[in-house]
Amino acid sequence: MISMTTPPNQEMHEGLVADGGQDELLEIALGPHHPSTHGVFRMDVVLDGERVVKLKPVFGYLHRNHEKIAESASYLASMPYTDRLDYICSLTNNWAYALAVEKLAGLQVPERAEYIRVITAELTRLVNHTATIGFLTQEMGASGTPLMYAFREREKILDLFESLTGSRMMCNYMRFGGCRVELPAGWLEQTKKVVKDFPRFLDEYEQLLTGNEIFMARAQGVGVLKKDLAINAGITGPMLRASGVNYDIRKVDKYGIYDRFDFKIPLGEHGDVYDRYMVRMLEMRESLKILNQALRDLPQGPIMDPKAKIRGFRPKPGESYGRIEAPKGELGFYLISDGSPNPFRYRVRPPSLINLTVLEDMCRGYSIADTIVIFGTVDIVLGEVDR
Amino acid sequence: MLEEIKVRLETSVPGCSPEIILNGSPSGQHSLLLDSAHAVEAATFLRDDAELRLDYCSNVTGVDWLPTETSPGYLEAVFHLYSMEKKHGPVVLRLRTENRTDRVHLPSLTPVWRSAEFQEREIFDLYGIIFDGHPDLRRILMWDEFEDHPMRKDYVEPDDYEYEPTAHDDVLTKAKQHAIRQPQ
Amino acid sequence: MDQKLRIELSKQGIVTTTLEELYNWGRKNSVWPMTFGLACCAIEMIATSMARYDLARFGAEVFRPSPRQADLIIVSGTVTKKMAPQVVRLYNQMAEPKYVIAMGACAISGGPFKQGYNVLKGIDRYIPVDVHIPGCPPRPEALIDAFMTLQRKIDEQTLRGERRPRHLDPEAPSEFVVPRFGAHDLEPPNNPELFHILNNVDSCEAGEVDARGD
Repeated sequence: MISMTTPPNQEMHEGLVADGGQDELLEIALGPHHPSTHGVFRMDVVLDGERVVKLKPVFGYLHRNHEKIAESASYLASMPYTDRLDYICSLTNNWAYALAVEKLAGLQVPERAEYIRVITAELTRLVNHTATIGFLTQEMGASGTPLMYAFREREKILDLFESLTGSRMMCNYMRFGGCRVELPAGWLEQTKKVVKDFPRFLDEYEQLLTGNEIFMARAQGVGVLKKDLAINAGITGPMLRASGVNYDIRKVDKYGIYDRFDFKIPLGEHGDVYDRYMVRMLEMRESLKILNQALRDLPQGPIMDPKAKIRGFRPKPGESYGRIEAPKGELGFYLISDGSPNPFRYRVRPPSLINLTVLEDMCRGYSIADTIVIFGTVDIVLGEVDR
Repeated sequence: MLEEIKVRLETSVPGCSPEIILNGSPSGQHSLLLDSAHAVEAATFLRDDAELRLDYCSNVTGVDWLPTETSPGYLEAVFHLYSMEKKHGPVVLRLRTENRTDRVHLPSLTPVWRSAEFQEREIFDLYGIIFDGHPDLRRILMWDEFEDHPMRKDYVEPDDYEYEPTAHDDVLTKAKQHAIRQPQ
Repeated sequence: MDQKLRIELSKQGIVTTTLEELYNWGRKNSVWPMTFGLACCAIEMIATSMARYDLARFGAEVFRPSPRQADLIIVSGTVTKKMAPQVVRLYNQMAEPKYVIAMGACAISGGPFKQGYNVLKGIDRYIPVDVHIPGCPPRPEALIDAFMTLQRKIDEQTLRGERRPRHLDPEAPSEFVVPRFGAHDLEPPNNPELFHILNNVDSCEAGEVDARGD
């Protein structure tokens, strides 16, 4: 769809010469409404035939000024808004915000709450990675079938979230110093059953996709991201690990109680689309390992810090930066407090926005169809990019 | 650890005089205030030094401090740095402008860490800090014809409070304005 | 026609109907939506079209990506001022008969992000909305209920007279003005033909402002 709101950017064509004997370069705008279902995102691409010569991402179509609202709301009132940042995985957003506030105010979290947080976060990781791989196959042209399988599993986990928190997607479950409600009766058994059945779904998916000729031809060697560029551009999450860098915040910062669990970090070699897909599949298997250990060792006890104040929460003046390994990358919250009930500055460090920095480098030289696939593996969510 | 970094910066980058800003909260994340003239050199040193290797700039934030009795008010950019190689961090850097109105230039650290590219554009869009040396400084979240800097503390938003189903406090006053102006 | 007589005849294999019923039956059972997901509600919309809450059995067989081929635009998610001209443009490009479902609190009136400099407080400022679904996000069952409400609304339309649909009425407009980006806000901030505000000064003093968006 040709965009008519902003004038065509003359600087895009400067210094570029068409290769292959054609005289003109074609400049089009992909989006903001396109069927790739990642949201309202626009890419201004300059094409030479079918090859991409230059690409500039344009966003802001979902800028809902979350940070400005947080400055006039109390700390706890911003918690439901964090659900809407990365709206596919809401519980990890809640945990990142609760972590930042707990660092700011010096609150301790009891053990049972930590275990529950790990269980919900790893379930969220499963939800996110199945959805991502499902959408990736849809962008490659398998119109809807693997996506249906992925959503079938996702619905089972969303049922668990609904019985625990009351809502399928916008869970709003963590509080500063613990969790909001106790686990309902029978929830643990249900979760154990879902976790026991999940590897069968992963095997089914691998059988469909991993050795599939079309998938391998479209994914291997496409959209390569080199290690040094990834580190310098601040990429985090499965994209970084697919390029071969061993950096997972669960192992580096050891927030929560992640140092008690035994799990590995899958690393890729080439940094192409296929590696990113494999890293996500293997991460799902590692998440299942963590879930089994956490469900086995869950202790009894309180779920909230008894010293945490719900009403009249005024942390001392200061600042803190808390970050976690969200399914998409490093999600961080930077808070500056000036002693009042509202934060002075509330900032979200969005993994999707930073991961978009290298989109142009990855897509240069590939065709338009590959661009859509590469964009699918960056795995962005517009609620997070635009906030 | 921050004192050691300060000392090494003072010896390696001549003229640079970082100041340590203490942090009152239990998080213990104190920050280093750098001056604009030596910021890029200091950043390059921090990234390439063999012991520190702070190669990952995680977060760039803009902050707006309103004028008080003691200072004319300034805008600030806060950088959070980590090291992917040595797995330590965070090291917090701060850069301040001179005032909020006309002298709002800061050096861009995008040539040092590419992850600052979009985040500095966002700070330019929402706060109005102009980063010198940024490869492509234009608005990123708001449309190009927009003229204000919305995240500043003294921004007044447009008045479209005609329909408020559950109005209270200041929203009620704004809604009443519309009722008085357009009686049926 | 008498209902009992109809049933008797249909048992014998004779189906009786009116032209209106037939016309509406054909239209309401094959409403094809457009893939128009903006934010979080879009994920619930996708989940509604997936295997568990299947929307295809109600007639929404495929989601068409092109506005020229779609009948229904489900505005799911927050409409920001940057995106608003695009939404109106897409609505203008759709062919009659076309319907709008405003899904979620954000599309109805701005939702939880109401106090925002970039949030459009309701898509009914620029385009006419047929069904509103409250919720944040509304459950898939709520979207199915809205779909059925839309089908009932189509059923009530007649071929002639007051309640005829827009495409049979040459006076009714089907394309609406596209807002432009201004220096501080969109211009115009709303479409006065669609967004009427009825103010009752007495009730305003009691603390309420009454408004009606068409």
